[in-house]
Amino acid sequence: MENITLKINGIEVSAPKGSTILEAARLAHIEIPTLCYLKDINEIGACRMCVVEVKGARSLVVACVYPVNEGMEVFTNTPKVLESRKKTLQLLLSNHNRSCLSCVRSGNCELQQLAKELGVEDEGYYDGDKTPSCIDDSAVHMIRDNSKCILCRRCSAVCEKVQGIGVIGANERGFATFIGSAFEMGLGETSCVSCGQCIAVCPTGALQEKSQIDEVLAAIADPSKHVIVQTAPAVRAALGEEFGYPIGTNTEGKMAAALRRIGFDKVFDTNFSADLTIMEEAHEFLDRVQNGGKLPLITSCSPGWIKYCEHYFPDMTENLSSCKSPQQMFGAIAKSYYAEKEGLKPEDIVSVSIMPCTAKKFEVQRPDQAANGVPDVDYSLTTRELARMIRKVGLKFRNLPDEGFDAPLGLGTGAAVIFGATGGVMEAALRTAVETLTGEELASLDFTEVRGMEGIKEATYPVAGLDVKVAVASGLGNARTLLKKVQSGEADYHFIEIMGCPGGCINGGGQPQQPGYVRNTVDIRALRAQVLYDSDQGNPIRKSHENPAIKELYATYLGEPGSEKAHHLLHTSYIKRKINEI
Amino acid sequence: MKSLEELRAIREKMQGQVGLRAEDHAHTRVVVGMATCGIASGARPVLNTLSRLVQEKGLTGKVAVTQTGCIGLCQYEPIVEVMEPGKPKITYIKMDSEKAAEVVERHLIGGHIVEEYTLASADIK
Amino acid sequence: MYRSHVLVCGGTGCTSSGSQQIMEALKEELKKTGLENEVSVVQTGCHGLCALGPIMIVYPDASFYSMVKVEDIPEIVHEHLLKGRVVTRLLYQETVTPAGVKALIDTDFYKKQHRIALRNCGIINPEVIEEYIGTGGYAALGKVLTEMTPDDVIQCLLDSGLRGRGGGGFPTGLKWKLAKQNEADQKYVCCNADEGDPGAFMDRSILEGDPHAVLEAMAIAGYAIGANQGYIYVRAEYPIAVERLKIAIAQAREMELLGKDIFGTGFDFDIDLRLGAGAFVCGEETALMTSIEGNRGEPRPRPPFPAQKGLFGKPTILNNVETYANIPQIILNGPEWFASMGTEKSKGTKVFALGGKIHNTGLVEIPMGTTLREVIEEIGGGIPNGKKFKAAQTGGPSGGCIPAEHYDIPIDYDNLLSIGSMMGSGGLIVMDETDCMVDIAKFFLEFTVEESCGKCTPCRIGTKRMLEILTKITKGQATMEDLDKLEELCYYVKENSACGLGQTAPNPVLSTLRYFRDEYEAHIKEKRCPAGVCKALLSYHIDAEKCRGCTLCARTCPNNAIIGSVRNPHIIDQEKCIKCGACMEKCKFGAIYKQ
Repeated sequence: MENITLKINGIEVSAPKGSTILEAARLAHIEIPTLCYLKDINEIGACRMCVVEVKGARSLVVACVYPVNEGMEVFTNTPKVLESRKKTLQLLLSNHNRSCLSCVRSGNCELQQLAKELGVEDEGYYDGDKTPSCIDDSAVHMIRDNSKCILCRRCSAVCEKVQGIGVIGANERGFATFIGSAFEMGLGETSCVSCGQCIAVCPTGALQEKSQIDEVLAAIADPSKHVIVQTAPAVRAALGEEFGYPIGTNTEGKMAAALRRIGFDKVFDTNFSADLTIMEEAHEFLDRVQNGGKLPLITSCSPGWIKYCEHYFPDMTENLSSCKSPQQMFGAIAKSYYAEKEGLKPEDIVSVSIMPCTAKKFEVQRPDQAANGVPDVDYSLTTRELARMIRKVGLKFRNLPDEGFDAPLGLGTGAAVIFGATGGVMEAALRTAVETLTGEELASLDFTEVRGMEGIKEATYPVAGLDVKVAVASGLGNARTLLKKVQSGEADYHFIEIMGCPGGCINGGGQPQQPGYVRNTVDIRALRAQVLYDSDQGNPIRKSHENPAIKELYATYLGEPGSEKAHHLLHTSYIKRKINEI
Repeated sequence: MKSLEELRAIREKMQGQVGLRAEDHAHTRVVVGMATCGIASGARPVLNTLSRLVQEKGLTGKVAVTQTGCIGLCQYEPIVEVMEPGKPKITYIKMDSEKAAEVVERHLIGGHIVEEYTLASADIK
Repeated sequence: MYRSHVLVCGGTGCTSSGSQQIMEALKEELKKTGLENEVSVVQTGCHGLCALGPIMIVYPDASFYSMVKVEDIPEIVHEHLLKGRVVTRLLYQETVTPAGVKALIDTDFYKKQHRIALRNCGIINPEVIEEYIGTGGYAALGKVLTEMTPDDVIQCLLDSGLRGRGGGGFPTGLKWKLAKQNEADQKYVCCNADEGDPGAFMDRSILEGDPHAVLEAMAIAGYAIGANQGYIYVRAEYPIAVERLKIAIAQAREMELLGKDIFGTGFDFDIDLRLGAGAFVCGEETALMTSIEGNRGEPRPRPPFPAQKGLFGKPTILNNVETYANIPQIILNGPEWFASMGTEKSKGTKVFALGGKIHNTGLVEIPMGTTLREVIEEIGGGIPNGKKFKAAQTGGPSGGCIPAEHYDIPIDYDNLLSIGSMMGSGGLIVMDETDCMVDIAKFFLEFTVEESCGKCTPCRIGTKRMLEILTKITKGQATMEDLDKLEELCYYVKENSACGLGQTAPNPVLSTLRYFRDEYEAHIKEKRCPAGVCKALLSYHIDAEKCRGCTLCARTCPNNAIIGSVRNPHIIDQEKCIKCGACMEKCKFGAIYKQ
């Protein structure tokens, strides 16, 4: 690729043609602060945080989008630049709800961080009117507090460009501008799918999940309740980030120890029900293939994807697997099989899940998710909420010992743990489906074609005389592209895995928030996914159908996959929705 | 439109009409007496003929045909005065449409005064 | 064929003062008198003298009637159109002299004007394409397609020195050259008809009076850069312009002057309208394109410039209406003709909308280099009520105030910039000694704050904070530190804003600070508004010596703020006074004064 030579702060830099000043500066180890910028997603130069001086330019230019030219001379730290950035911050702060001490983002707020780094001495310097704002808490899963919004537009960009939904955007103009939905609708009235990607990219405390920490702690304190917890595979791959561990650290052991010390009666693992999902879904797949059922079969683990399908592809809801998600399967089994085993009444069990996801909060209150007359899952908390809960009860996470999960619902295989990464469900299902279909043991369990962070992956596997065509999509924009191809007949598959969030659950809307400069320079999805693949590799059992706890469950309680009892407990139904009609 | 000729044809057709709206100091003014006496003796067809021919011949760029009130020589109506910049005024009398056409052809286009219709020649007799 | 044409202005100004009714009455009366086949009634665009509307011109004698009323119509028809006796009392009085009626072009208003962009406005019926063709319309397109290469066209524009009339003054030929150089499967030609400066309406007038000139120029642009599709982005608040454009496009398509294989040369070009909802920022080129694409009208970062990646990501040129209106004439008359007018770096003419404290409010087109004094004193007829000229504001909310010391500056792009203002789209608002410059700056800033799109921080919050400080100043609540803060913010917003709207928003403040800092300081230090405009700094008082106790003021006051008994001096309760000034107007003894 052609290179361009320029000077930044007098240092000669060679950067690929088409680089921005920001990227070229990074090559010279010169960092330029950014705030609104998200690479490939939000390149709008709106916040003006990254202004630099370019020799000969009429005014300051924004480094995040300004391309480098041959012979260009850039200055990133002149008094004029530094003063401008400070003023920009002061102006933002003058219209910001500065209740930082009580803010959920205090300590990892990008605005706060910049104010500290840039040395803003007087945050009230430009104080005046504030943009009238109100709180939108109409959605089940999240709250928008525009008094803390800095209008970086990351949320609306990710919603529209990555997820292809676009239910939020700028309303009004000038000083009255605010982010919201069209026609003053609350988010809960729109076809928002609850994926929470907007929260994941928000630099401030303007967006957050609806927290249920206090309800969970109250249940734990209630002696009449048996409080159990399950943790999704992706949580262990990211929770450590909240406590200073590098991205891509597996903290499964400390997580289990923390949950036990918070006071949960049993610490279980969603991996268990992920294996169960594979048993049911592989059975459903083979049934559809062998008996002429609706194909392609599409996975149903991701509640954001489910709601998206219901709103935007209502004609394809028949393609969705009728399997509940692992979270819900876990809940249904906990309040039936486990309850019977332990001699507990379902209504006395409080079932809590820790999820990398905000759509799970929506899922728990869906209809047809209460197999035992009570909700399968009572509270679904995000990874972030778990971290807050750990801090709240005073635990020092890094000092905790590594502990294991409780039996029997704490046992999962390597096939289950990779559910958290895009392609993982497909791979796990293939391990089981292929062996079931051929009756032979697989030589290699690694279906590498469906791994990796590409948005859409395709593969064909010859199995017992049938070419099984599969596809995997993550991120709803990619899902849309893939489904349009299926609808038009351009592509045809037997089995499709779709995850609502780009990269899968490891990059879910409930995961720890990483600031823009990290997101722009590191693929956090790949680092977190690696944790899961390593965990799979290290697990002696890597096939769901070999999970002894699952085998016992079928042998003693459910019978066969797809049995009537399994159907009652583990399968659900869908709703055909319209866009902007709930 | 598939050729410049078509455009030119429309332009030529319209030029006279639109040219009527020009404002130019170098205008030759042709004034028709349109008081009661003039109208009674047939000034209107004269006015209309002059106006039509000036437009048809594409003279609107330099000739303005207007009307005026009673000139005071009621017995000679319809009267047409031609005022060219820098030249003495010519008064045509007892005009009709045919004579008007001749004035357009010979005087306004040809540049020769149609002596036989002028007030001056009438006075001589 | 008609012997006489009566032109009635159908521009927005005259339409709102009733020209449609005039036209109907006229047609009715002509029918009654049997003149309907001799006299034609032509609806035209704007003549420029909007203050005197409704306007009517009778050709061929070019009698200019102003402020015509429906009741005047029978007299005009019977006297003038039938008998040839001009109704002098209804003429534009400037044209009436003891020696007789003088031609319109000899009046002060028109004498110094030179109409290129406005040449057909008020002359032709904009709804009849043949009339446009009759004045030489589409001949330039014909010439370009049959005699010139795209490079010839661009060279012609470069040689003419034409610069964008929308504000920035970028050389039009250069803009086209850059767009031509970028190879692409699709390119676009856009027309910015989203005129938004307060008080500027030249683009509207051109679209209403001569829409085909814009269509023709856009087709020429399409040929020059290699585009076959044009878009006109026009404000929905310009219903007459929109209607006439629709008619014009339909007629041009009908005649195949738009569409496939124009003049049989194989060149295709078509134009579509896009209506803007009136956001000022959509006049900014990238915001305009974003809006055409169907998104919220917000500017996007440049580079890439529209010539590289414009509308729908394709190379695009955008010019404003007035710029386009000049182009067919430049093609027909040659670049030398155009370059012979104006100053060294600003060629040709510029249309200005005169407003404020000036006699002839309306639209004028003057050669570049005409002085401000000539425009205001001669063409504009000076300042009413014997008041003194204080400043002229050009460039709208992006421009600045020009003080009396620069009254004789020849108007061109560079001169205006050098004195802290700008050409802008051509609004020219005249202010006299009763205008407060702080208040003026506040007025323009209120506009910008209202119209900021809200995307970038400096413009969204910075201008708002500037306005807050200005408001404090006009209320007498500001300190000198506030003034420093204001000035700092001005430079910051200028340097840091994302688009032209924000980058120029501080200009009205900076230019008034430059020339009228003493007025700012009077508000701050002495809590006094020298022009007597800022209400918060005014109080009304009654001179006890002069007051006769007639009680008229007390009865007039809408808020019962005046107390006193008959034949005793009255007093104004300052707590209750709302400073409306009604008492002062009513007092017969001059006993009430403000300070």
